[in-house]
Amino acid sequence: MTLASTKGDRHGADGAPVAVSLRKVGVTYSPIGRPVLEDISFDVREGEFLSIVGPSGCGKTTLLRMLAGLLRPTTGDALFNGAPIIGPSRERAIVFQDYTNALLPWRTVSGNVALALEKTVPVKAERDAKVAALVAKMGLAHAADRFPTQLSGGMQQRVQIARCLSQEPRIMLMDEPFGALDAMTRQTLQDELLALAAERRTTTVFITHDLEEAIYLGDRVTVLSANPGRIAEVIEVDLPRPRNQLTTREDPRFLAHRHHLFGLLQGH
Amino acid sequence: MNRLARGALMPVLFLSFWEIAAKSGWLVYESLSWPSAIFLAGMGALADGSILLSTWQTCQAALLGLFIGSCIGILLGAILGLWAPVARMAGPTFDALRAIPSIALMPLFLLMFGWGLSMEAAVVAYACTWPVLIATWAAVRGVEPRLLEVADVLEMRFGERLRKIVLPAALVRINVGVRIALGVALVVAVTVEIAVNPRGLGYSLVLAQQSLKADLMYAQILWLALIGYLLNAALKTIEAPGGGAGRGA
Repeated sequence: MTLASTKGDRHGADGAPVAVSLRKVGVTYSPIGRPVLEDISFDVREGEFLSIVGPSGCGKTTLLRMLAGLLRPTTGDALFNGAPIIGPSRERAIVFQDYTNALLPWRTVSGNVALALEKTVPVKAERDAKVAALVAKMGLAHAADRFPTQLSGGMQQRVQIARCLSQEPRIMLMDEPFGALDAMTRQTLQDELLALAAERRTTTVFITHDLEEAIYLGDRVTVLSANPGRIAEVIEVDLPRPRNQLTTREDPRFLAHRHHLFGLLQGH
Repeated sequence: MNRLARGALMPVLFLSFWEIAAKSGWLVYESLSWPSAIFLAGMGALADGSILLSTWQTCQAALLGLFIGSCIGILLGAILGLWAPVARMAGPTFDALRAIPSIALMPLFLLMFGWGLSMEAAVVAYACTWPVLIATWAAVRGVEPRLLEVADVLEMRFGERLRKIVLPAALVRINVGVRIALGVALVVAVTVEIAVNPRGLGYSLVLAQQSLKADLMYAQILWLALIGYLLNAALKTIEAPGGGAGRGA
């Protein structure tokens, strides 16, 4: 029975393969409290970049933690590749907003990246090569032997992303990863992330409170409203790739999306 | 140099007064020796190697006990710190066990192990377990929750999680517990030797006392102070090179 429904869930309404599928999901932290999330239903397609945007306190982080398996939905079903999400898994990497806390301060940049590979790649030489390649890919080669506290915020977040990539996840869950960075660093990292996503075709769910960031990065944008967190709207972003910090942001369609979403968020 | 001179003034005056008062016959007690005699007794004990042998025996028991106690304390503390339900269940039991003075276990361990190293190390281990357990428990509960989530996502099992995340993150605070335990270890080892175990510095002290050698007793007490100081200093230097581990704190 489960198998049949599983198969049915693997493809969305438009026939595209589905990575994540949420059905009437609700999360309540305490039995008597108000729900944090209510009646959340949406799909994440295989290989797509989905942005989730919403005001603070709308349960974005809760939603992402649920997808990571760090917490269980109170009601409804959360499926990943057709199977219920019952706990954390290497297949679902999560990039935390507070990179400082998410890195091991006693390990170097390479050591932090290697953490995810120590079990899966037991041969040290092989592992070292993989780590070096990822560290170089994230532009950290010159800092490979430094400790996280010796790095800037942007570099630390790069280390965390490198570690998540090294676990070769089927989906990347990113919780406002650039929220604490300055504007310049944020734009650089946005473009690096888009290049990575284009190259690896990894399904990505990206949480942000920044409307423009959501549109700039996403194939689709899901808008959440607050108290309790519900889906206000899902929009398709019909902007060409590769995207460009100047031309994309000046594109009339970008501005139209921004206008529309801004009104949506103000309305709630 | 000036500071050194000022700091040395009191002890020098005190020792001179003691020496003169005792030698002039103004202060005469069986329990009281005088500095020069204590120094000579200490030198004698060093020269014939007796104090070195008993030092080795005491340190052997203290360090073995400290090692065993620390291992048990770290393991149990980590388990309690990682699983709150276990802590709620086992906490009262540990509190009750902790209330047993380690010295009170001497008769029991004497029955179990007989005289010698094992029995002494067992009492020391029991005494050392608690400070390390409590320090580890608190340290593990204080580990950044994000790091535990990283461990969760990487599907680490208990051992790997302990080795790669929890213990390194908690190391600085666990070290404090081990250092407290080190002081405890020396005190307990000497106490066991004085009370029942015929070996080590504690037993030497008893022998000196029974043969009314006050000078040798003073020399051994001072020697013990020196040993305690050196052990603590040694543990501090072991801690220092791991400076990388301290970055988290």
